Parts: sequence; C-alpha cells; structure tokens
Amino acid sequence: MPAVQETVEQVRSIDVDQYKYGFFTDIESEKAPKGLTEDTVRFISAKKNEPEWLLEWRLDAFRRWQTMQEPEWARVSYPPIDYQDLYYYSAPKAKEGPKSIDDIDPEILATYEKLGIPLRERDALLGIESTGGTRVAVDAVFDSVSVATTFKEELARAGVIFMPISEAVREHPELVRKYLGSVVPVTDNYFATLNSAVFSDGSFVYVPKGVRCPMELSTYFRINERNTGQFERTLIIADEGAYVSYLEGCTAPMRDENQLHAAVVELVTLDDAEIKYSTVQNWYPGDKDGKGGIYNFVTKRGDCRGARSKISWTQVETGSAITWKYPSCILRGDESRGEFYSIAISNGRQQVDSGTKMIHLGKNTTSRIISKGIAAGYSDNTYRGLVTAHRKATGARNFTNCDSLLIGDKCGAHTVPYIESKNASAQFEHEATTSKISEDQMFYCRQRGLSDEEATALIVNGFVKDVLQQLPMEFAVEAQKLISVSLEGSVG
Amino acid sequence: MAMLDIDNLHAKIEGEDGKEILKGLSLKVNPGEVHAIMGPNGSGKSTLSYILAGKEDYEVTDGAVTLDGEDLLAMEIDERAAKGVFLAFQYPIEVPGVATMTFLRAALNAQRRTRGEEEVSTPDFLRLVREKAGALGISQDMLKRGVNVGFSGGEKKRMEILQMAILEPKLCILDETDSGLDIDALKIVSEGVNALRSPDRGMIVITHYQRLLNHIVPDFVHVMNKGRIVRSGGKDLALELEANGYAEYQQDAA
Amino acid sequence: MSAEIRLMRTPAEQALSAALEQVPSAPGRLNELRRSAARSFNEQGLPHRRVEEWKYTDLRTLMREAVPVAGPAGVAEAEAAARLLAGALVRRIVVANGAVVPELSDFSELEEGLSLLPLAAAVAAGDERLSRLGGLVPARYDAALALNTALAGDGVLVHVAPGATLARPIHIAHVAVGQGPAASYARSLVVVGEGARATVVETFESVTGQADQVNSATEFYVGDHAHLDVVRIQALGPAAVSLTTLLFEVGREAQLHDFAFTSGAAVARTSLYANLVGEASQVAFNGAVLLKGRQHADSTLFVDHQVPGCESRELFKHVLDDSSRGVFQGKIVVRQAAQKTDGRMMSRALVLGDDAEMDNKPELEIFADDVQCGHGATCGAIDDDLLFYLQARGVPLKEAQSLLVQAFVGEAIETVEHDGLRDALIEQAEAWLKARG
Repeated sequence: MPAVQETVEQVRSIDVDQYKYGFFTDIESEKAPKGLTEDTVRFISAKKNEPEWLLEWRLDAFRRWQTMQEPEWARVSYPPIDYQDLYYYSAPKAKEGPKSIDDIDPEILATYEKLGIPLRERDALLGIESTGGTRVAVDAVFDSVSVATTFKEELARAGVIFMPISEAVREHPELVRKYLGSVVPVTDNYFATLNSAVFSDGSFVYVPKGVRCPMELSTYFRINERNTGQFERTLIIADEGAYVSYLEGCTAPMRDENQLHAAVVELVTLDDAEIKYSTVQNWYPGDKDGKGGIYNFVTKRGDCRGARSKISWTQVETGSAITWKYPSCILRGDESRGEFYSIAISNGRQQVDSGTKMIHLGKNTTSRIISKGIAAGYSDNTYRGLVTAHRKATGARNFTNCDSLLIGDKCGAHTVPYIESKNASAQFEHEATTSKISEDQMFYCRQRGLSDEEATALIVNGFVKDVLQQLPMEFAVEAQKLISVSLEGSVG
Repeated sequence: MAMLDIDNLHAKIEGEDGKEILKGLSLKVNPGEVHAIMGPNGSGKSTLSYILAGKEDYEVTDGAVTLDGEDLLAMEIDERAAKGVFLAFQYPIEVPGVATMTFLRAALNAQRRTRGEEEVSTPDFLRLVREKAGALGISQDMLKRGVNVGFSGGEKKRMEILQMAILEPKLCILDETDSGLDIDALKIVSEGVNALRSPDRGMIVITHYQRLLNHIVPDFVHVMNKGRIVRSGGKDLALELEANGYAEYQQDAA
Repeated sequence: MSAEIRLMRTPAEQALSAALEQVPSAPGRLNELRRSAARSFNEQGLPHRRVEEWKYTDLRTLMREAVPVAGPAGVAEAEAAARLLAGALVRRIVVANGAVVPELSDFSELEEGLSLLPLAAAVAAGDERLSRLGGLVPARYDAALALNTALAGDGVLVHVAPGATLARPIHIAHVAVGQGPAASYARSLVVVGEGARATVVETFESVTGQADQVNSATEFYVGDHAHLDVVRIQALGPAAVSLTTLLFEVGREAQLHDFAFTSGAAVARTSLYANLVGEASQVAFNGAVLLKGRQHADSTLFVDHQVPGCESRELFKHVLDDSSRGVFQGKIVVRQAAQKTDGRMMSRALVLGDDAEMDNKPELEIFADDVQCGHGATCGAIDDDLLFYLQARGVPLKEAQSLLVQAFVGEAIETVEHDGLRDALIEQAEAWLKARG
C-alpha cells in the first residue's frame, strides 16, 4: 500500500520544524474592533446583513454568556483567556463578495493551493486524473469568512444546498431558523454560547429527501490573522433517506501566541438519513516548549432525530495546543445509530481531552466507539466519554473500545468513561487498555530493516488502523502522513 | 576472511546483576556454508541469535563479531538487517493492523534505501511476493492480514521463510525454526530454506533436535553448552547427539 | 450556571455540625486529628453530585436528616443482632453502636505476635501504635471519613507482629441496635507486620428496619512480604445508610486480597483507597453487590500505583433487581515511577429489574509508559439464549435465573481464599436469591 511508503518518506524528510502549514499569508484584512461587547455582536451581524431575528438570537447568547463560567472539569490547563484581547471578526478585504473564482484575491488562492486544496473546479477536476479518487466540493473558510465554495451549481442540480452559513441565512432563512441551535442549544456550554454570539461563518448543508449527495463535501478552515479567534458554525441537515459525507480540515500559521477556535457543529438526520462527518484537525500545536498553538474548544453534536438514521463521526486529531472536543450523538429516533471513531495524537506539550457522548433515547438504538489515543513527549491525552441509556431506551446497545499508547515516560494517558444504564434491556460493553509499543515488536520490525522511526510509524499506523479505515481514501492517506509527522521526535 | 567471524564472544543479560550467558564463543561462517548449532535448553543458543541481530537486552562484555570484516556489534539493528543479517524468530511477533504485504514492502525498501539501491516498483514487488508465497503455500488472504496475527505456529514459520526469501539476506539465522511444526509443515519450511541455499549465503541453523537436520543437511554441526561451543564436527555429529543426548557435554562443561 | 455559590446547609449538615460541637477532647495528636476533621466537615459539608467522586451518590439528597448519635448498646441486644458467621472459625469482636462489647468479644488466648484491643482502650493507655491512626489520608476531602475521624470513639486495634501467622480470622462484627434510628461511628486500625499473615473480616448488621446511619473506617497497613486477606459483609437493614471508608497501604512484595459482599442498607457507599508503596506487591479488590427494591450501593475505588512492578486486580459483580441502583467507580492511577505496572479492572452488572440502573465509571490515569493496564465494564440483562437453554432442559424460569445469577456472582466470590468464609459468602448469595423467590 503506497500510503505507508509515503508515511515513511514523510518521516524521513522531516526537519525539526515539522508543522508545514505554519506560513502566514500577508493580506489586508478588515477586522471588528478588538474586544467583545454587544457592539461587536451587532458589528458582525451587520457585516453579514443578517435579519433581525438572528441578531436577537446572538444578543441573547451574548447576554447569557456573560453570566457563565469557563468549564474546569477537563484535564487541561492554560492561563486565563482574556476575551477582551481578541478580534472576533477578520475578513480578507475584497470587493463586495467574490462573484466567481476569478474575483478571489490571488494571495488566498495561492494559500489554499499551498495547502493542497484546489479552489478552482478546473484544478479540482484535473486532480481526479492523478488520484483516481472521487470529486470533493470545497467550502474554504479564511478567518471569519467563506472565500469560495466549489461545485455549487452541480450540487444544486441534485438539490443539495452547500454554501456558507452566512449566505444560507439570507437564501434559506426558513431552514436555518428551524435547525440552528436545535441540536446545540444557545446555552449548552460556555464555548458554544460564545460561538452563538459571535459566529462568523461556516458551512451549511441541506440534502433533500431521498438524495444521495453526488460528491464528498468538505470545508477547509484556515486561521490566518493574528490575535483572531475563529468561531465557525456548521449546520448539516440530511432529510429523510438522504446521505452525505462531509470532511473538514484545519490549519493555522505558527505563532507565539495562543489562538482561540471555538466552533459549533450541528448535524440533524431525519428518518433513514445518514451523515458521515470526518475531521482531520491539524491546527498549529505550538512549538516544542508549548509556546503558541490553537486552543481548540469545539462543540460537535449530531441529532439522530429520525428512525433508522445514522450519524458517524471520524476524527484524526493531531494539532492544537489544547483540544477540548466531544463529538456526540443523540440517538432519538428508534433504531438510530451513532458511531465515533477517533485517533488523537499528542506530542510536545499538547493537551488533549476528547471523546464522545452517546445518548440513547429511542428504542433499539446502537452505538459504537473506537478511540485510539497516542501520547508522546510531555503531552497529556485523555479520553472522556459518556454512554447512557434512558429509561425508555429499550434494547440500546453500545460497544466501546478505547486503547491508549504511550511513547516515552514523560507523557500521560487517561481514560474516563461514564457508562450509565437506566434500562434493563440495554447492553453495554466497554473495554480499555493502556500500553506502550512492545519492545518485541520494535525489535522484530527493526530486524527486518526498518529504522526506529519507521518502525514506530508502522506500528502506530497498525494501532490506529480500525479508525483510519473509516476515513474516505484521500483523507486516510493524508491522515496517515500526519500521524507520522506528529510523532516526529518522539522516539529515541 | 570469513563472512561472519565470531571471536571469543562474552555476553550477559543487561543490568547490574545480569547473568553471563555467552562465555567465550567463537565461530566462523563462510558463504555457502550451513552451520547447525545444537545444544540443551539454556545453553545460550537463542541468546547468540539475538546478539547477532542486535537485541538490546544483552551486553557484550568481551570479544568481537565481524561481518565481511565490519564490526557487526557497532551497528544498529536495522543497519545489520540492511547488511544482510536475517533472523527467523523462534516466536515470530504479531504486529496488529499492519498488513503483511505492507510490512514486507516497507522492510524491503528500507533495506534497499540503506544500501543505496532503487526501491522496488509496485508491480515488481507484487510479482515477487506472489511467486515466493506460492511456493510456500501462503495464500493472498494471509498476506492481507496483520503480520502474524491469528496465524498458526506453522503459518508463522512459513511467513518467516517468505520474508527471508524476499529480503534475500547474506546471513540467515534460523532460531528453532522446527519448534511447533508437524511433519508436513516441517517439510514445507525446510524446502523453503533449502531453496535459499546458495554459494553467496551463509546459514546458522539453531535447533534442539536432530530431526530438522534430516531436511536441512548442514555442512558443520556445533554443540553448544553453557555459553560456549564445546564440540564441532560434520553432519554425523548430529546423529551421534540424537543417539546419546547432551548429558556427556553437560558434564564436561560443569 | 456552575457558579460555585456555597449551597444552603441541609438539616442533616446542620445536625452533624451540632454533633461535632460535642466531640470530646482526646489525648495527644488524636485531639487535633478530630478537630481538624470537624473543621473540614464544617467547611465542606456533605458531598453532592457536582463533587466528581460522589457524582452518583448525592449524600445531600440521600441523607436528608442526621439521626442522633447512638447510645451504648445492651449486651443481649447486641448478641442477638450479631448473627453473621456465628460459630464459624473466627475470633469475634463485637462492636455495637460503635463501641466494643467486651462480654461478646474474644480477647483470650491471643496467638503469638497478635495484639488485639478496643481502640478506646488503646487511646486511654496511650498505646504508641496508634501513631499510625489517621496516617492514611485520601488526596481529596472525604466527608464520610471526616465524620468518622471526628466522631468515632472506639473500634478495634489489630496488630500482627512481623513474621506472625494468625490461625483464625479476626472478625469485627459491627451491629446497630436500640430503639429509634441512630448514628454510630467506628474506627479500626489493622497493622500487619513484615512477613506476617492474617485474615480480617468485618460484618455489618442491624436487626431493625430503622434508618440507622452506620459509619465505619478502617486503616490497613500491610507490611513488606506480608499477606492479608480482608472480607466484608454488609447486611444492614433495608432503611439504613452505610458509609464505609477503607484505607490501605501496601508494602514491598506484599499480598492483599480484599473482598466485599454488599446486600444491605438503603444507601451504601464504600470508598476504598489503596496506596501501593512497596515494589512488586500484588493486590486484589473484588466484590459482589446484590440489590433489590430501591437500594442504592456505590463502590468507589482508588488504586494508586506509586512504585514499579505491582499488580492490581479488581473484579466487581452487580446483580440489580427491582428499582435498585448500582454504582461502580474505579480509578487506577499509575505514577511516573511505577513502571512495569500491571493493572486490570472489570465491572460486570446483571440487570434483573426493569427499573434498575447501573452506573459504571472505570478510570485509568497513567503517567508511566511501560505498563499494561486495562479496564472493562459491561451491563445487561441475563442472556436470553442461556435462559432458553436451561428452560429447554426443564429448569423453571426462576430457578434458571437463580442458577445463572449464582454463577455470575460466583466468579467474584471464588476469589476468596478462606474456605469457611467463601462458603459463608456463597450462602449469603443463595439466601439473597431465595428471598427473591
């Protein structure tokens, strides 16, 4: 399989500074004044030409946020965030909204090209020849705004709506109003409430009844500007019998300061619908001493509202200084299914506290959790999960498998599952292990000629294979490379 | 100059009060030769194979080992592999999630790169594996599974020989390759090994029993006891051992 | 939302604070120990669900009121109440309402190397072995232990000299007796010297259906190369509140096997803290919990591997009938120095009652890389296929269930080494099943 070869290549070609997305694009931007007040919220809303109801919604969130406190239960520590010392809106200066790809600032196009994300459909189409993969429609979000969305017309022909959420608010207000905040309520948690007040852009997807989305959809998030928080909001609705696979990727420049990323993602599946949501998170993790890096405080939740519907989260988390993220499923519809597949890798001084919640409400609902945590360097890596069956969740089933791997003796791996069953017919099974790469495996691989790092990369890739398999092909290759890169410097 | 030259090798288990296992072992192996090392359990046979391969649990306290005149003991584990040292493990290790094909290719190309050779192209590699695997009765399905995961004892041993055939080492060390094999599996494995005998390749066959040597006929037989070679001879020595056992040597060395 | 406003003090907290005012002064450091525990309680009160360790056992809600501290027990009353293991091959010390009853306790013909005396007597005599009392302290405030430290006046001091082997298990039989619900506090200290071998049994009983509050805490010091077996049976009346704290310190190459059988009380919480401070020790904490009606039982374990090469095992079995609720929280901590740790924890629950609830929270907190640790948790109903199989062989449903439940808890009970105690535990399980009908 070429991927491993590439992994090995990658490992060999790495220099000390392994974060290759750390460049900064010098482009003029328009920002909201620093700090967060009602005026900031009004400013953002006005910038987006939002209807009154949405402004009120934001203001309500902002007022509630002011009464809330940052959560402290996660196993992460960081100096207090000065929320008044951040920019909450930053957009590349451009003519009033690019009408076509040619209107986009070439600097931005170049940025995405450098990141390997073609925004010209022509280029994307050319890409097919070489990879032989499927086509992917991209929504590119640069700081606070969406700069381009590809394949919109073709998707529209299939009835699929894929556009920046700011545009959807204007073009499909009835859908946005109906679903926004219906999965993650405004007051859900500190960071979600903050997001509700100041969210700037993100993607909106609606797949109508019975439609199987003709291509993979993806959003590519890029934080560019200094001292800027990114607060994107993603809302995906799969109507009855619909199917969509959605991918999300993230990068940011290398900076000494910490930057805040507080996103909210809401998924809704109606009867027989399915959403597959994959993330490769590669925000800047900070340098080896823990300086800089993104604070990734994200609320992701899916609501299997319809019977027999399904939501599947797959995540590969390699970046960010701090990750605080629990993509969850509310299994409301009878016979609905939730899945969570995760690879979380921490190295250097990274802190990861991630996991999932599977909330079984409907009858005969099933869920599956496969989590692979790898801690190296001085990092801390925690799996935190909740599986619960409510009184009426007759026949609920869960299987959980959480494995952690430690590389080196200065890091920590922790497993904190909550397993709560209030229904006698629920059947829950949980297993977790923590271990290190066995010396015998290393010796065996090296006896066959692999170097320390090649052997580690190979064994780790084997360790996470069950999760990698869940990713679309192109993403899996990318993820595999990232894993090796993230572990650079962790052996020997 | 011998290809492999082990001279007065002393080694102990790593650590302060590590037990000394090899106590002045010497052995020369030339290309084309097959040397059998026999001896009772605990005589240090497997330790010898691990030390040649570079396992880190042992410390060499005296003596030298050279491969084509180069100091083998100074090399990293993977460097030795690239120089052509291959150890067929007594208990092959499982590497879950890593398909055998992936593993083989990574190993082959890593070795080739270290030697400054071109990597093998995908079609050539597939052809190579198909051909060698067929001869050993290894199915495509097995090659897709994780390395050694869920394989029977016999399958694991065949897989070791397949790796040997593909990596084409200069020095093959077979550590108790016959253990846990029934007679049919033993035949397949031995045929695989015999097919690899060549004027350019040396082999060390470590075994407790003479039975394997009926199939892989050695040029030399050495008896090892208490960390030393106590007697050397031709292939007939194995038969003698089969008849008389190791008791004589164990007393001698005491 | 989660603003840490000091919650209103509940009537129970107020009453307990009042009781703490009455704490008699004690000699030496014990006095300060008690006062500081009382202060902690006054500051932090009873735990509620926002306190992570008590998430599933909100004492503020479950212990609505504090009952008065129990007075001295009558000998005849106490004797009638102490029924468990009567006549078995044990040396019994009866602790009624928190005080040793000498008339019912066997202090005679102590084996060589064994010191056994009421804790109150040891305090009065200024016994220097008490210097270890209160020496084991959980990392975080524990309300039940604070109350116990402040209010317990008696209990048992067990001291086994290095190298000694006890012929008979020492049985501390706690009983709650008397008219009207009352609270009792008992504190024991068990020191097993280097290379010594002992078995200690603690049982908890009350004859009445009164809402007694029985608070017990025992500290165990297991010396290097020592071997200690501990068995607990909690069979309090159906209205009682049981708060048990166990603290262990385990030395080098020592062996500790702890087993808990729980079938009593309306609300039961056992907090078990084990510090592994000597290399290459082996410990096991196992339990069987059988609940019915609206019973609530919480077993919370902290196993702290501080040094290399130790092995820990936990196996808990819950059988939950009716609307009962079982809670298992188990945390294995492996510190950075504790390389080569081998830790396994398993919690299995069999849910019989439609409204029963099981909460599992097994936790791993690992800072050393060369370890093998794992945990598992399962819960579910009896396997229908198994039931069908037995029924198809002619076994009636109830009986088939009983057989399967017995086999289920049997796996945990089988880990008890002492034949007599193991048989007694099996009987307990059988009696529970029989009562179920």
